[in-house]
Amino acid sequence: MLQLLAQQAPGELEAGLTAIGRGIVYGGAAIGPGIGIGIVVGNAITAMARQPEAAGMVRTTMFLGIAFTEALALFGFVLAFIIAG
Amino acid sequence: MIFGLEFPPISHVVEWPTLFGSGAFAVNKVIILMWVSAALSFSVFFLGSRKQALVPTGLQNVAESAVDFVENGIVMETIGPDGLKYTPFLLTMFTFILSCNIWGLMPGIQMPVNARIALPAFLAVLVWAVYHVTGIMSQGPIKYFKSATIPPGVPKAILPLVFFIELMGILITRPLSLAVRLFANMIAGHLLLVTFAVLCQALWEATKLGAALPFALLVFLSAFEILVAFLQAYIFTILAAVYIGGAMHPEH
Repeated sequence: MLQLLAQQAPGELEAGLTAIGRGIVYGGAAIGPGIGIGIVVGNAITAMARQPEAAGMVRTTMFLGIAFTEALALFGFVLAFIIAG
Repeated sequence: MIFGLEFPPISHVVEWPTLFGSGAFAVNKVIILMWVSAALSFSVFFLGSRKQALVPTGLQNVAESAVDFVENGIVMETIGPDGLKYTPFLLTMFTFILSCNIWGLMPGIQMPVNARIALPAFLAVLVWAVYHVTGIMSQGPIKYFKSATIPPGVPKAILPLVFFIELMGILITRPLSLAVRLFANMIAGHLLLVTFAVLCQALWEATKLGAALPFALLVFLSAFEILVAFLQAYIFTILAAVYIGGAMHPEH
């Protein structure tokens, strides 16, 4: 194994590990917000279906909820770029 | 190299050569687009309000529906009637961000200005300053600091922890998440469109027929990006309004 690693061109291992790290960072950051946005939108749709006259207010609040939830995934997205290659 | 395709690195997609000037004052395509957006969002309202006809036509129609949207859809729903004095600020912010975002979909230009962190970061700092000044002006510095960091009805035992979290929230997390949300949404959409365009071109050169599916997806994603450009301008503005409203009415 070590023999095999020693044969790599310099910097190749680092580049590969960086790529894996970026994938893990973004993939990990997307799990929670994915579930969270599902809950937010699902409950908003339930609310709109039960009380269609309140749909406007529910929609505004839904977008706010999505924005707050989504921020965590976007932090992960930006962090994946920041990780130095 | 992905699937045998040569995708351009990110720096090739969002960095543009300097046209003139140097250092901090270097002017490139993104800066010029920003100037055009500022001129556009100014002139829509300036020219639209010059001849105020009772039955609006043309530009006045656009200006009036934009004012109506921000006033009734954003300010009245989040701040209330006493927030109407913030309508001009939020309206300018909304139109400016929207016109900056929409450059990403313009054929031949295709660069959302907000895909560089500089502009979202500046706008977030502006909102940060505005809501702090609003809070201090309407409640006084000590009362504002107290109401912003100590939520009512918190048990004494966890108060230090809550105080620290809220303090970080109003000082760092709010502007950071405002800036990063706008920036990351725009750059993600831009990269998505670039990826599909590269895929489309490579498949067209190789097989002609194989490009049909990525091209259909590219058209669909472009329509989706128009929605995102509008939605991000809306979300940025409504969050600014929520923060200003929170600084004005501590009980909510």
